[in-house]
Amino acid sequence: MAEIVLSGVTKRYPDGTTAVQDLDLSIADREFIILVGPSGCGKSTTLNMIAGLEDISEGELLIDGRRVNDRAPRDRDIAMVFQSYALYPHMTVRENIGFPLKLARMGKAEANAKIEEAARILAIEPFLDRRPAHLSGGQRQRVAMGRAIVRNPKAFLMDEPLSNLDAKLRVQMRTMISRLQNQLGTTTVYVTHDQTEAMTLGDRIVLMRRGIVQQVGTPEELYDHPHNLFVAGFIGSPSMNFLPADISGGALHSVLGEIPLSDRMRRALAAHHSPDRVVMGVRPEAFADASLDRRREQDAGELRFGGRVEILESLGAEKFAYIDLEPGTVVDSEHLADAFQGHSPGHRHAQIVARLDPRSQASEGRMLDLEYDPASIHLFEPETGLNLTEHA
Amino acid sequence: MNEDASSTDVVAVPGRAIPVPSANRRSERRLGWMLCAPAAVVMLAVTGWPIVYSMLLSLQRFDLRFPARKAWIGVDNYATVLGSPFWWNAFAVTVLVTFVSVAVELVLGMVIALVMYRTIVGRGLVRAVVLIPYGIVTVAAAYGWKYAWTPGTGFLTRLLPAGAAPLTDHFPAIGIIILAEIWKTTPFMALLLMAGLALVPEDALKAASTDGATAWQRFTRITLPLMKPAILAALLFRTLDAFRIFDDIFVLTNGAQNTGSVSLIAYHNLIGGLNLGIGSAMSVLIFVTVALIAFVFVKVLGTSAPDAGRR
Amino acid sequence: MDRTSGGITRWSLVNLLVLLYALVPVVWIASLSFKDPSTFTDGTFFPTKWTLRNYSGIFENADFVRGLGNSIGIGLVSTLVAILIGTMAAYAVARLDFPGKPLVLGLSLLIAMFPQISLVTPLFEIERTLGLFDTWPGLILPYITFALPLTIYTLSTFFKEIPWDLEKAAKMDGATPFQAFRRVIVPLATPGVVTTAILAFIVCWNDFLFSISLTSSSRARTAPATISFFTGSSQFENPTGSIAAAAIVITVPIVVFVLVFQRRIVAGLTSGAVKG
Repeated sequence: MAEIVLSGVTKRYPDGTTAVQDLDLSIADREFIILVGPSGCGKSTTLNMIAGLEDISEGELLIDGRRVNDRAPRDRDIAMVFQSYALYPHMTVRENIGFPLKLARMGKAEANAKIEEAARILAIEPFLDRRPAHLSGGQRQRVAMGRAIVRNPKAFLMDEPLSNLDAKLRVQMRTMISRLQNQLGTTTVYVTHDQTEAMTLGDRIVLMRRGIVQQVGTPEELYDHPHNLFVAGFIGSPSMNFLPADISGGALHSVLGEIPLSDRMRRALAAHHSPDRVVMGVRPEAFADASLDRRREQDAGELRFGGRVEILESLGAEKFAYIDLEPGTVVDSEHLADAFQGHSPGHRHAQIVARLDPRSQASEGRMLDLEYDPASIHLFEPETGLNLTEHA
Repeated sequence: MNEDASSTDVVAVPGRAIPVPSANRRSERRLGWMLCAPAAVVMLAVTGWPIVYSMLLSLQRFDLRFPARKAWIGVDNYATVLGSPFWWNAFAVTVLVTFVSVAVELVLGMVIALVMYRTIVGRGLVRAVVLIPYGIVTVAAAYGWKYAWTPGTGFLTRLLPAGAAPLTDHFPAIGIIILAEIWKTTPFMALLLMAGLALVPEDALKAASTDGATAWQRFTRITLPLMKPAILAALLFRTLDAFRIFDDIFVLTNGAQNTGSVSLIAYHNLIGGLNLGIGSAMSVLIFVTVALIAFVFVKVLGTSAPDAGRR
Repeated sequence: MDRTSGGITRWSLVNLLVLLYALVPVVWIASLSFKDPSTFTDGTFFPTKWTLRNYSGIFENADFVRGLGNSIGIGLVSTLVAILIGTMAAYAVARLDFPGKPLVLGLSLLIAMFPQISLVTPLFEIERTLGLFDTWPGLILPYITFALPLTIYTLSTFFKEIPWDLEKAAKMDGATPFQAFRRVIVPLATPGVVTTAILAFIVCWNDFLFSISLTSSSRARTAPATISFFTGSSQFENPTGSIAAAAIVITVPIVVFVLVFQRRIVAGLTSGAVKG
């Protein structure tokens, strides 16, 4: 059980590249924190620095208040679960889990009791005498977890531990890890590139891009109040819709039509030198099928937008409608390019995605009227990506 | 907290996602050099220095029987060698043996590779037994072939007309040399090709099969093109290996009936003739030829590096 | 796959052909070695009159016994040294990033393809000058050199197959760098090292050219070269039987090795070749 503090931590390689820059982070005891971001963002490097597998170029790393920059991994009392599981192929499951205990010169009887306790928690007792080669992916994953929990370390470090599993197992293991961490209460730092994993697992999320922390907060904070275009684009699935927009005559002009500026928008724009071009963002969840709303009185401020449904995906509990926009309405931003690296490539098309109630009668090739609340609109500065509506 | 990322991010994108060892790169470099140094030094000392030395020797008149007459004579030794019909005969024999044995080995090796890879019965046995020729000492096998073709002694000469002594005729002798070479090295070729076969995805063959390709079409259109790198590597390696043929010829004919290879006549020139100048000129010529063959394979055919040599 | 009885018969026939191909010449030498000298010229494939005289004869021959000793001694020393320095280089090639790595690999490849005869003439002269001619070190040096490329290539492939993460995991589990090496890397690398050692030993054991060129007596001459000097001298009325018996004696240990370690040797021989 420990508190982990990183202050001003930087990782620079001799060839001049900076993998992590000036990272400040304070991880509370018993906290489950997620490092997330696209590949190459520095999250794994950060984890390796906490582990002691990579040197820290600048800054300080404190575990339980003690500076551990120069300590070898084995003197930091933290356990790590690797993406590849890194099980020792020449040892049985029992020997794998018992390896840290053996290195710590623990007595045989005591070690066996601990191994069996860990195996019981992870439900891998039947496989204790098998070799890793004879286990399924999910079983190997649990053995790797067993090796981490068996010696009751100060902290767990997990490096994309679920990315080698198939989708169904991944969801099961996610729940298991969550429950295990709750039960053991061990401080956990978890690296992933998958925003769904980040949203579901963590107490707090650290979102990184190009070696720099973009935002730290609870999943809700990152979802509702993204600091910039990158965060807004990375968190949420399907991603937020982004459109270029002009501001003139007290209104916002985009392919969604003319939107009168609300007081909130006016304040945000005024605070940032009143730009005349912005990027507007609306989450797919902010849209609703206007026809379902016909019976009740339309809200005074509610906005409307209509378009032809190109593709309709019905998932049972929800429907996604994809509406094609005129060409040239794609937002070209490095932030978004980074955020979408590796997922939702379709979103790079000039398209609006709307998440609809399953009762919606929308169908492919037909027109659909959508309504949305102007309060759900985020405005971003196109160059820096700053979320103006969050920094009023 | 450095949460405000509103400023333009001018941080370089980290290089690659390779695992970087915790020790810094300079010490890694030093360790790398230190670990490689002994091997590199031995290899350079035992090959680099002699080859340079042999170039120097090749420019001198240096006959161990007449050491007093040692002198620098420029390229005279090369002129002597290149003007000699013995050299050109040996060269022709070497090229013939190399070409024929490698060509046959490729076909035969492919057949054996397919058998080892596809057979449904006794796969382990076949794979094990095929390794026997590889394990046999070349000289030992060569004696086996020699006696098999010796009149009176050999079970194979009994199949020939009475009085036939194939090892005492030019072309039959070369045929037997090629046979011995092929027998010994085909298994190695087959193993390399089998490794190449393993790279051909089973799905691609199934797909071709559903697309209506016959077994032969699957082999020529799918398997062969996908195996091309493995085939070229095996060919390069075996060509260079066959070009230095020595043991088989030494035992089978010892160069009689003009069946000597370049390696064999260079050896005779050294041990029999004790003429270091001429011998060195031959060494350099052989070295240059081998380098040329390798160059052609690598540059023209685009062969990538095959595995280390062994026989 | 064609698992019908017809398929099985067809494959059995094909397999039989392959087995005959590999075995007939070997059985022939073996049969020759068991033939009574009086029946050498009967031309039959199998002996008509069996004897062990050829074997007892060669073991009474001091030169051959010496040659066998030389082969074993020189082979073992060369293999040991090649494995030692080759393992170091292979580890560096597989695990470390340093400029000059292509140079080491290039040099190895060059030597793997090097025509040995090109070395024989200069080495003959150099070793005579240095007093290495006709000595064990005189053969051990070129043997190490020609075993090294194979060692480096094969072992680096084996090393590359050991996942990086295992070392890291061991460190995280509380191992010192030495413990990580000793308890994780060594057990995983041993099969590869053993296989490579066998392959390197075969290279040395099989050599003929260096052995006949760089020796002039039985002091350092290895067994294959010794056999070629069985020329029907006074103690052998006819060298055929002795040569056949000696050929079997020097072949059997290698063939046994190869058959026992068959699976691994195939992996070793083809490692790297396919990835190219």
